Amino acid sequence: MTKPRFINHDISLDAPAISFVGVHKHYGSLQALNGIDLTISQGEFFGLLGPNGAGKSTLINTLAGLVKPTAGHISVMGYDVTKDYQSARLSLGIVPQELVFDPFFNVREMLRFQAGYFGCGRENDAWVDEILEGLGLADKAFTNMRKLSGGMKRRALIAQALAHRPPVIVLDEPTAGVDVELRQSMWEFIKKLNLAGHTIMLTTHYLEEAEALCSRIGMMKQGKIVALDSTANLLNTFAGKQLRLTLGAVTLPPAITTLVRHHEHGIYTFALNDMAQIELVLSALRAANIKVMDMQLKEADLEDVFLSLVGQSNAGFANA
Amino acid sequence: MYFYPWLGNQTLGLQMHNFIKLKHSQRGMWTLLKKELLRFWRVAFQTVAAPVITALLYLLIFSHVLAGRVEIYEGVGYTAFLIPGLIMMSVLQNAFANSSSSLIQSKVMGNIVFLLLTPLTHLQFFMAFLIAAIARGFVVGTCIYIVAMWFVDLPIVHPWMIVAFAILGSALLGTFGIIAGIWADRFDQMAAFQNFIIMPLSFLSGVFYSIHTLPPFWQKVSHLNPFFYMIDGFRYGFFGKSDVSPWISLTIVGVSFLVLACLTLKMLKSGYKLRS
Repeated sequence: MTKPRFINHDISLDAPAISFVGVHKHYGSLQALNGIDLTISQGEFFGLLGPNGAGKSTLINTLAGLVKPTAGHISVMGYDVTKDYQSARLSLGIVPQELVFDPFFNVREMLRFQAGYFGCGRENDAWVDEILEGLGLADKAFTNMRKLSGGMKRRALIAQALAHRPPVIVLDEPTAGVDVELRQSMWEFIKKLNLAGHTIMLTTHYLEEAEALCSRIGMMKQGKIVALDSTANLLNTFAGKQLRLTLGAVTLPPAITTLVRHHEHGIYTFALNDMAQIELVLSALRAANIKVMDMQLKEADLEDVFLSLVGQSNAGFANA
Repeated sequence: MYFYPWLGNQTLGLQMHNFIKLKHSQRGMWTLLKKELLRFWRVAFQTVAAPVITALLYLLIFSHVLAGRVEIYEGVGYTAFLIPGLIMMSVLQNAFANSSSSLIQSKVMGNIVFLLLTPLTHLQFFMAFLIAAIARGFVVGTCIYIVAMWFVDLPIVHPWMIVAFAILGSALLGTFGIIAGIWADRFDQMAAFQNFIIMPLSFLSGVFYSIHTLPPFWQKVSHLNPFFYMIDGFRYGFFGKSDVSPWISLTIVGVSFLVLACLTLKMLKSGYKLRS
């Protein structure tokens, strides 16, 4: 991976990569975004999570200039996305969620055109080759977009967003519908970009990906950011450990009902802050003469944090 | 702020910054124009050959039926009279089709997002689509002219009038195509534009007849049709004869273009139907 040499030469080195200040977006009475304040520093790998309809895609679209905010200010590398939209867009590469493509051209042509819109000429070809290689598209460079498989089209979308070598890259559900092997190779490439200095903002359906990749995470619910912290802090603050007990159809003693995170078909999941609470739960069950049929203890993950904050299952966690 | 350490001077840095911005900015527009030109050239069988064949079929049928029976201008045979009208009609229809079909396809396919994410200004966006529309009109018109030369020896009295009406006419319809492409959300809405506006206006514009052969009422109605001025002025370039003064036609077409261009730029600047 070569060191980044961004097309937008006049980027400020101290400005935040992305900044949302008091951003609102209303569609009639519907509040899609409700006072978003968020700053992402240069070089961060940031994850934006939330259930369907939380406002993640709307937020990304305001950043991209596809949706105009009702109120608030948004900037990319210090450039206001409305007043100085040219400089802001030069600094930004966005991978859209939908698999869209131009059926008239092959992959290489499409990348050249995309880079050309941002002012890049033939001198950018080496970078285009690097992207093609990095995303495993080199042997498809002269294949028409229509003839690519779904996974290949997804890679081509990422390549398009990178074609003008933007310092800030936004990936909106980039691995939706992509097989495991491809996902791994894509993340390897994105991680290299991040190490080379690119700021990454990611929304993903796969919470384990966000946990593994993102240094900081924001969680959205109903147009608001309900949690914003480093991934480690979120895991420590909101989760701890999880004790999963198979008890059958029983009535729990009141002393431990507040610890129950989830229960279904006689299986109870308790959220514990420390190991001492295990004994508290078990002794309460013994005192109530409730028999434990099975027991599992696991470290909490991002999904647990998400459930405790947003209160929804991962099943409804895609296209917000 | 400006990241040109090798210059070591902020004023020079600012100048370099502006120069690079301008260079990149213009390259963006030329790239979009190149893409739009390639887009129609890749399917030239459909975008160039088909309209040429259609125009030739009109020429063969109408000239076969009416040649020798109708003389509209003194000394000008019907086949010769017909050809400039057919060329201009095809130029106009194809200029409209180029910008409108490109935009509606991009909108329906969703790939217009790749343009909306770029730093292209609304003026650059407009100019790229406009020039591509003029280019397609020019290619189709030239091909019909070359083929039609086999049928009749066509005079050219005022070549610059031909060029002026071809450019302004295709610019006007290319602009109208951009408006239609932005406004329409579905292919059937675009087909309505073609079938209920473009086709009637072009067929009732004097391509196949002089409006002086019409009853007075329909002559007046024809004067409300902007296509009439484009066809009549274009034909003037070949024969030096027209139903109305070519300068009046040129003015009407030019003003119509400016009005539509301003409307289109306003739509693009506001993001009408493109950005929410």
